[in-house]
Amino acid sequence: MTTETADPAEAVGVAPAADPGFLQRHGTTIEYILIPGAALVGALAVFGVFVALFGKNPLDLYFYMYQGAFGTWFSWQNTMTRAAPLILTALCTALPAQLGMVIIGGEGALLMGALSATSIALTMQSAPPLAVQLAMVAAGMVGGGLWILLSGALRQYRGVNETISSLLLVYIALAILNHLVEGPMRDPASLNKPSTREIGAANMIGSIPGTDVHWGLVFGLIAAIVSYILIYHTTFGFAARVAGGNVRAAKIVGLSVGKLILTVCFLAGACAGLAGMVEVAAVQGRTNANLAAGYGFTGILVAFLARQNPLAIIPVAVLLGGISASGGLLQRRLGLPDASVQVLQGIIFVFVLASDAVYGRIGFLKGKS
Amino acid sequence: MADGSIGLWTVPLAVFGGAIRVSTPFLFVSLGECITERSGRINLGLEGTLVMGAMSAYGISYLSGSPWLGVLAAGITGAMLGALHAGICSLPRVNDIAVGIALMLFGTGLAFYLGKPLIEPTAPRLPAIDFGWWSDISQVRAALRINVLFLIGVALAPVLYWAFRTTRWGLLIRTAGESSDAARAMGYSVLLIRLRATMVGGFLAGIGGSFLSLFYPGSWNEGLSSGQGITAVALVIFARWDPMLCLWASLAFGGAAALGPALQSVGVTSGYHLFNAAPYILTLAIMIITCSPKRTLTGAPAELSITR
Repeated sequence: MTTETADPAEAVGVAPAADPGFLQRHGTTIEYILIPGAALVGALAVFGVFVALFGKNPLDLYFYMYQGAFGTWFSWQNTMTRAAPLILTALCTALPAQLGMVIIGGEGALLMGALSATSIALTMQSAPPLAVQLAMVAAGMVGGGLWILLSGALRQYRGVNETISSLLLVYIALAILNHLVEGPMRDPASLNKPSTREIGAANMIGSIPGTDVHWGLVFGLIAAIVSYILIYHTTFGFAARVAGGNVRAAKIVGLSVGKLILTVCFLAGACAGLAGMVEVAAVQGRTNANLAAGYGFTGILVAFLARQNPLAIIPVAVLLGGISASGGLLQRRLGLPDASVQVLQGIIFVFVLASDAVYGRIGFLKGKS
Repeated sequence: MADGSIGLWTVPLAVFGGAIRVSTPFLFVSLGECITERSGRINLGLEGTLVMGAMSAYGISYLSGSPWLGVLAAGITGAMLGALHAGICSLPRVNDIAVGIALMLFGTGLAFYLGKPLIEPTAPRLPAIDFGWWSDISQVRAALRINVLFLIGVALAPVLYWAFRTTRWGLLIRTAGESSDAARAMGYSVLLIRLRATMVGGFLAGIGGSFLSLFYPGSWNEGLSSGQGITAVALVIFARWDPMLCLWASLAFGGAAALGPALQSVGVTSGYHLFNAAPYILTLAIMIITCSPKRTLTGAPAELSITR
């Protein structure tokens, strides 16, 4: 868990003698690794103290967290399975962040994506599996995309704050899901847990060969890499970042800020919707309230910890997937409540945001760059 | 219409009773957020504060046997979370909206963690005043069982309205919210004013939480609050940062939130979840109507990051 900080820390100790300009030239990059890493370690330390107050040994805590997250092949697979939707929901926050928007409604887009994907799969039961799966991907992305597009459009055309509207839309999405699952779309056979009918075993997307990790992880990796290229290596991404930096400047050079906002919001929602599709087509097999497992909210944390960089989201999602994967082990071995993962996530989030104050202030990293 | 039954009148009556009961947390959170936002900062973490308040009120009420001690504990917990928010926000280049989201996750997580042993036991609850003694109809009596906290909240709104206009503290908070330079030029510390405003806001939001666990619904569980805190923050925006409008808006919200259970009680069960979403849809609808991309909102504190 602490290895993330060990490497740059060593670099700090060793590099100056070899190359005096190295630290200064790569100061920004080092900061982006060192500061969130230090924030993470600080958060883990505080959580250790917190757990110690309840009479648990913090060293046991760290050991079981490591065990549950990365200790065995089984826990690695568990971690990766949880990282997949986190990458996608984190993109839902990170993409609009390029435009200076704070979207926190990934959970709602995930639910709408799951509902759309399930609906289309249920209407295409006689079609070949590949067609069903492709249709599910498309439906999930459109469903989630339109949901966040709504927040973006409200911001653009009505000046409604996107943070609040996207969060309100989470609760509305949950209400729609509960309504459909307990009413019109309910499978009469689902007694204890109201659910839709199953999409069918043949239509499930299955696991990557040799593992128990489903293909959703590959979807997540592709989405993250495509997003990275889109933002940093295309005119569109450049325009988005210009508009995010200074809306007036963007308008003066003739950029259509409204179009940018709508497109980026749709793409962001499409990522979260894809996460919903993956959860249906690879894990649950149907839509029910289990889907509201909080991936959308943890995704916000992933995006902030990765400083809204799509490539950095991948390792951060694995890390936080690991923390949530270790929750079960912490519950069984240490008797910690299942909410302990949420507490730790909250502490990490607070530390990461507070660490924003430190950027550009570390003396030995200051340089010409 | 049979004896003792009032037929379809049950629905408006239940909505009225619900408006009073359900609106109390909205009222306290929105008044608290109103103070914080008037000082130029937005605290989205009040959702977490609300849940932490509910948990600590229930725990202290259970341990001490006094629900009022629980209310106080909820307020203090809220003020502490407010201080945490203000403390982090006073660091340079830290975004108050993001800190709010973090504290929302942290507050609810911490409340679920600490509140795990509190799901089983029953804590002493807050008493209600029976304003319906004159009526023989049980529904009327139920609707008029009003909690003291609601009355305090109703009284607080005009007091705040008056305080913002005429007291030194009210003016200071507004100065910090309208122009931090002006406040600084007058020799006041903007950070300190905002710290206090956020702590008072957290205190009130915590009390709003204590109402949830100690009066209505009146128990502690993890599904106690589903976005009331964040709805109340949105409510402040279309109440135009005016405490009196916060009061009316909270009542409207309480009524909207009571619609689902009220219809269910007369046998309308289809669409129950959709009716439960009424407060969120109402919030969104009112925000769509009242916001405008062309101008900043009238009455908006100029320093507030959310009205850009």
